[in-house]
Amino acid sequence: MSGVTAFVNVRLVDPASGYDGPGSVVVAEGVIADVVQAGDPKALAKDVEVIDGRGAMLLPGLVDIRVKTGEPGSETKETLKSAALAAAAGGVTSMVVQPDTHPAVDEPSVVDFILRRARDIELVKVYPAGAATKGAQGERMAEIGLMAEAGCLYITDADRPIVDSKVLRRVLSYAKAFGVLVAHRPADPWLCAGAAASEGEFASRMGLPGAPAIAEKIMLERDLALVELTGARLLVDQLTTADAIESFRRARARGLPVTATTSINHLSFNEIDIGDYRTFCKVEPPLRSEDDRQAVIEAVAAGLIEIVVSAHAPAPAEDKRLPYDEAAPGAVGLQTLLPALLTFHHEGRIPLIDLIRTVTCAPADLLGLPQGRLAKGAPADLVLCDLNAPILIDADKLVSKSKNSPFDGRRLQGKVLRTVVDGRTVFGG
Amino acid sequence: MNTAPPGLNEVLQRTFSFPKKHFLSATDLNEVEVANLLDLADGFVSLNRQTSKKLDLLKGRTLMNLFFENSTRTQSSFELAGKRLGADVVNMSPRSSSISKGETLIDTAVTLNAMQPDLLVVRHSSSGAASLLSQKVSCSVVNAGDGQHEHPTQALLDALSMRRAFGRIAGLKVAICGDVMHSRVARSNIALLQMLGANVRLVGPPTLIPPAADRWNVEIFHDMRQGIAGCDVVMMLRLQLERMDGVMAPSQREYFRFFGLDREKLACAADHVRVMHPGPMNRGVEIDSDVADDLSVSLIQDQVEMGVAARMAVLTSLAARLENDR
Repeated sequence: MSGVTAFVNVRLVDPASGYDGPGSVVVAEGVIADVVQAGDPKALAKDVEVIDGRGAMLLPGLVDIRVKTGEPGSETKETLKSAALAAAAGGVTSMVVQPDTHPAVDEPSVVDFILRRARDIELVKVYPAGAATKGAQGERMAEIGLMAEAGCLYITDADRPIVDSKVLRRVLSYAKAFGVLVAHRPADPWLCAGAAASEGEFASRMGLPGAPAIAEKIMLERDLALVELTGARLLVDQLTTADAIESFRRARARGLPVTATTSINHLSFNEIDIGDYRTFCKVEPPLRSEDDRQAVIEAVAAGLIEIVVSAHAPAPAEDKRLPYDEAAPGAVGLQTLLPALLTFHHEGRIPLIDLIRTVTCAPADLLGLPQGRLAKGAPADLVLCDLNAPILIDADKLVSKSKNSPFDGRRLQGKVLRTVVDGRTVFGG
Repeated sequence: MNTAPPGLNEVLQRTFSFPKKHFLSATDLNEVEVANLLDLADGFVSLNRQTSKKLDLLKGRTLMNLFFENSTRTQSSFELAGKRLGADVVNMSPRSSSISKGETLIDTAVTLNAMQPDLLVVRHSSSGAASLLSQKVSCSVVNAGDGQHEHPTQALLDALSMRRAFGRIAGLKVAICGDVMHSRVARSNIALLQMLGANVRLVGPPTLIPPAADRWNVEIFHDMRQGIAGCDVVMMLRLQLERMDGVMAPSQREYFRFFGLDREKLACAADHVRVMHPGPMNRGVEIDSDVADDLSVSLIQDQVEMGVAARMAVLTSLAARLENDR
C-alpha cells in the first residue's frame, strides 16, 4: 500500500474555494495532495487505491462545534467514543465538545484528558471547549490562559448563561488578552426559569410554561454591549428568534467582532412539531414559532448566521420518557446533521455550497483549524455522500448511545457513504 | 551633641521650605521640588548609616501617625523618620481608638487636631481621605496611602532607589507589573516617574489594568515578556489573594505562570535590570523567591532603607515651612 488514495468521479463541493462541480481528489499520508477540478488526477502510480465515487458528492468532513457528550461523569448518556462513532456515521470529522461535564473542563488537566481520550479513540477529531467559569457555575473565572495553552478551542459555560454582567465582562476582557474566543448562550434566565417551551399560543393551549422569545434578545443585547465595551470576540451560541437576529444584524453592521450559530433543530422544526408532547422535540433553547424559524432560515441563507451546529445533546430514555415539563431537554444530532441540512438544498431554499459552508470552512476558519476545505495541504478529512439517496431515520438504529432524535420517523435525502479522517476511512467504504 | 556627616551639612544648607502645606499627592509636585527632596533624602541615607543618627531638626515638633489601615512597615518607617529627626511621635491606630466606636473620620481628626500636632501622617482605605482631612485640621498632613489613589512617599523612595542605582531617572524604561487597578503605589509612581522623564509601561491582565489607563501616556501590555522587554526597572506589585481565585485572575498558578516574575521572564529585560517591589511580597504569586532574594538584581531591601530617608526628607521640608510660618 502506497498510502495514496484517489477519489475519482465525484462532485466536489468546496465552499472555501467556491467550487461545486465534477473533479477528483488525491490523498497522500493523511493530507490532501491534489484537488483536480473537472477531471481525473494525472499519472497515478499503480498501487494507488482508487475509489470511484460514481457521481456522489465529495465534501470536506463536517466540523460540528457544539456537541455534548457524557464524558467525563455521565458516560451512560454518551461516551466520547460513542459520540465519535455517531459523528463518523454522520460525516462529522471534527467536533468540539462542551465543558459542562463532571468534572467540568475548567482546568488544563481535564483539557488534557479529553485530548488524550480523543487520541486513544482514533476515530474523528475531538477538541475540548473550556469552561469560562469554574464548574461552569458563572461565578469565578476559570483558568482560561492555562486551558488555551493546553488546547481548548474556545471557552463557554455551555447551556448556562453567565448572569452576572461583571463576571462576563471580566471573562471577555481576560479572554481577549489571550486571544481566546468566548461563546455565550443568550437567554435571560429569569424569564426562562421553569419554561418547557416557547411562550405563545401553542404552549398556552398545551398548558406548558413558556419562555418568551424576547428573553433571547434581552440577553443578547447585554452581551453585545459588553463586546462593545471590551472589544472581545464573541460567539453567539444559537440564535433562534427573529428579534435576536435583528439585534445581531445591527451589531454586525456596527462592525462588532461577533459570530452566530444556530442549531439544525431550530432550522428544521417549529413548536408545532412538539405535537402530542413529543419529548424528543424538547430542546434548549426551545423550538420556536414558524415565523422565528423562517427568520432563522433567511439569516442562514443570507450568511448572517454563518455556522450551523448539531447541538448534539444525548438524553437516555429514562430522562425523556417523562411528562413533558419533567423531561430532560436535548436532541442528538451528529448522525442526522448532514441529511437534515441537505433538506434546504432539496427544497431549493439555500444553495448547496452555502449550506455546506455553515458546517465546514466557516466553523473551521472561526476556530483557526486547517480542515474544512478541499485544498492542497489541508488534512484529508472528507465525506462521500449520495446527495439524493433517501433515508428513513429510525431513532433506535442510531449509532449514538442515546437515541433522542426529533428526526425519528422522518424521511430525509442524503446518505453518508464514506467518512475519511486524516486519510483513514472511519465509516463506510 | 549630635554629629552629622559633612555631606549632610552641605545638603542641610540646601534644605528648602516646602511650598505646600501638605504632602498629599505626587501629581502636586514639580521637578524642582522632587529634585530637592531626592537630594535631601540622599543626605539622610548617609546619616542613617552612621552610628549616631539623631538630629534635632524636628525637636519640639509632634508627629502623629494616624493609620486607619494596618501597616507595620510604613508606620514604623514614619515613626523612625520622625524620631531620628528628634520629633515626639504618637501612633494612633483606629482599632484601639474611638473610631471603632463609630466616630467619624472628621471628628477623630478634629479631636486629634485639638492636641496641636505639627505633622499628621494618615493612611486610610478610602481614596481622597487624606485630602479631606487636610481641609479639616490645622497641621500639615502627609498622605501615607489613601485607598487606591496615591502613596506619594512610596513613589519618592522608589525614585530615590532608582536614581541611586542608575545615576538618573530620565530615559529609564520602567515596567510596572501586576494589580495596577487597585494600586496607589502604581498611580503615584506613574505620575512621579513621568515627571522625571522616565518611560513607563504597565503590564498585567486586562482585569487588573485600570480602564482608560492608556490616557496616562503609558503603553499597556498583557504579555509580560513583551512588556518587560529591554526594561531597566521591573516594579512588581502585590496581588491580594482575594482578587485571585477566579475574581480578577483565575488562580494563583495561572497568575504566576503568565504574570509572575521569574528568571525566565526576567531574562527578557535589559541585562542590567533592577527589580523592585513596594512590599509585602506574595512569594510565588507575583514574584519568585529566587529573583526577590538575588541582591544582584533586587532593589527590594534598598527600598526599605530609602523609605526612612525619603520620609525624613519630606518631614524636614514640611517642618521648614512651619518654621517660616512662625
